[in-house]
Amino acid sequence: MSTLETAARQDYLCRVAIDPLSRVEGHGKVTLLVDKDHRIRQARLHIVEFRGFEKFIQGRPYWELPVVVQRLCGICPVSHHLAAAKAVDQLIGAQDIPPTAEKIRRLMHCGQTLQSHAVHFFHLASPDFLFDFDVTTAQRNIGGVMADYPDIARQGVRLRKYGQEIIRATAGKRVHGTGAIPGGVNKSLTLQERNALLVDLDLMIQWGRNILKLIKNAYSLNPGYFTYFATIRTNYLSLIRADGALDLYHGGLRAKNDAGGILFDHLDYRRYHQVIREQVKPWSYMKFPFINSLGPDRGWYRVGPLARINNCDFIPTPLAEEERKEFMALGEGEPIHVTLAYHWARMIELLHAVEAIRELLLDPDIFGDELVVRGEMAREGIGVIEAPRGTLFHHYRMNEDGLIEKANLIVSTTNNNQAMNESIRQVAERYLDGKELTEPLLNQIEVAVRAYDPCLSCATHALGQMPLQVELVEEDSGEVLGCLVRDADGAVHGRE
Amino acid sequence: MKVPGLLILAVGNPSRGDDALGPLFLERLGELRERGGDWEGVELLTDFQLQIEHAIDLEDRELVLFVDASVSCLPPFEFTRLRPACDTSYTSHALSPAAVLHVYEQIDRMPPPPAFQLAIRGERFELGEFLGPAAEANLAAALEFAGRLLAQRDAESWARWGAFP
Repeated sequence: MSTLETAARQDYLCRVAIDPLSRVEGHGKVTLLVDKDHRIRQARLHIVEFRGFEKFIQGRPYWELPVVVQRLCGICPVSHHLAAAKAVDQLIGAQDIPPTAEKIRRLMHCGQTLQSHAVHFFHLASPDFLFDFDVTTAQRNIGGVMADYPDIARQGVRLRKYGQEIIRATAGKRVHGTGAIPGGVNKSLTLQERNALLVDLDLMIQWGRNILKLIKNAYSLNPGYFTYFATIRTNYLSLIRADGALDLYHGGLRAKNDAGGILFDHLDYRRYHQVIREQVKPWSYMKFPFINSLGPDRGWYRVGPLARINNCDFIPTPLAEEERKEFMALGEGEPIHVTLAYHWARMIELLHAVEAIRELLLDPDIFGDELVVRGEMAREGIGVIEAPRGTLFHHYRMNEDGLIEKANLIVSTTNNNQAMNESIRQVAERYLDGKELTEPLLNQIEVAVRAYDPCLSCATHALGQMPLQVELVEEDSGEVLGCLVRDADGAVHGRE
Repeated sequence: MKVPGLLILAVGNPSRGDDALGPLFLERLGELRERGGDWEGVELLTDFQLQIEHAIDLEDRELVLFVDASVSCLPPFEFTRLRPACDTSYTSHALSPAAVLHVYEQIDRMPPPPAFQLAIRGERFELGEFLGPAAEANLAAALEFAGRLLAQRDAESWARWGAFP
């Protein structure tokens, strides 16, 4: 772990806050403690995240959960919808849901992965690939991408829309649908719906491949920057299919260490609490999960696209598998630890999602009419899924009246908490240390956070340029020594 | 598959008092459609907020009507023609209709279809509230006006009733 988590002495340091972080989902901020010589002494990522859901779903009937909990998020509601549905399946004793139900849920999840990965890369992260850091903030956003790279913007918007249409067909609505219900789903697909979705599929696959070319090209043009920027050696955690394949919907837990060695494998995720614990730190509202056997200092890990591609033995769709092999070759037998490679891995998954959508749309089971199954009721249910941002845990316990007594949610971004902090510390040391802070330099911090695609709440500010204010504050007196402001229109100016 | 020529796109949150005006407007039109009549070539679409992707919904349309609750228009409603505009809503989850038209221009490299806005006056937008009585009356007036719009589904006629602001 970096030594920049807590400064030894803070009485002589100035505090710099990047608040709020821009082009991420939800609200977060970074604080830096800087001495008079501009040396960085402390760097922390704070997430202003309200975890009220665990409390206010207490007392609600179990069957409400898949619909209620998806209100956690406007970007990946399907992930919460499905993780809750999987947990509720256990509450009603539905151990094996009908093939039609599982395939419709998988299709919904692929649509979700596609639209979420597209919105992150094209709408939020692509400006970091397409524009230099010196380009004005007014241009370095999706609006600038649309103006200067209309073909890329068009592909991004259409890829996301296609994912949303898959969700609409399977869940009833593009956002906050109701497709998954306890023990299965409430609808299968009609032939007409299926045929309409097949029309644009080849184009989506082509665009998925195109964007991988763009990322690989960016990497090859500046390999030094990509390889070392925010890069940290970590453990990795994800679900894995029984045969070792990438599986975003279901599987056992696999964890690897930084050399690629297996820490645990195919672990029934209902035993997650035996291998994962959460640490609380006084300066953050968000917990810090770690692998129990390694302890908090060495046991923190990364989840999400990079972890999944590092962890799986293969991807069960041909084009994405070809891309995975090329990607993994860079590690020469070790996991890829490059933080900016999250984007690359994310686009491999996007391609996989589109390929998987094609397989599912051509599967006759999606037209079936056996949609729901029930069994013997149980008191406890645990649903785990690979959300776009990483492994997502939903754990519920209910009473004899079917009302929820206790809930525990470990969301993807929480799993990456320590890793995001370590990445910004690496960037602070490498790029900011000893320099006078400017907006382009501070954006480097945001680039590091953005690679993880954190979903900090999901209420606002998905697109474009958020207002940003950076203040230099004298530690003892609280006096503001200087201030840099970026307005909503992207204009940057100093303020006394 | 041919896309219906007229898109009526209503936005709003049904759980926030008068913000439900847009979705309710569409719901009532849907009920009228159930009873029969000439609805060929009309698509009804609703969502919580407008986003960039809604620009794709405008493709291949002949005419578009955005419907939303408004606190700034005069009661019972205002009907205006829209121009593409790159306003500050661009930076949020909730784009304005004019910003959606601007996105259309940028990604499709052509002018958007003729588009109009029906803003229905709302008063109260608190979470969990029902539609207020004033908004209910404004909704009824807007629906009556919609009957005229649906009877004359061409941009020229609509332009006579709703000039650029």
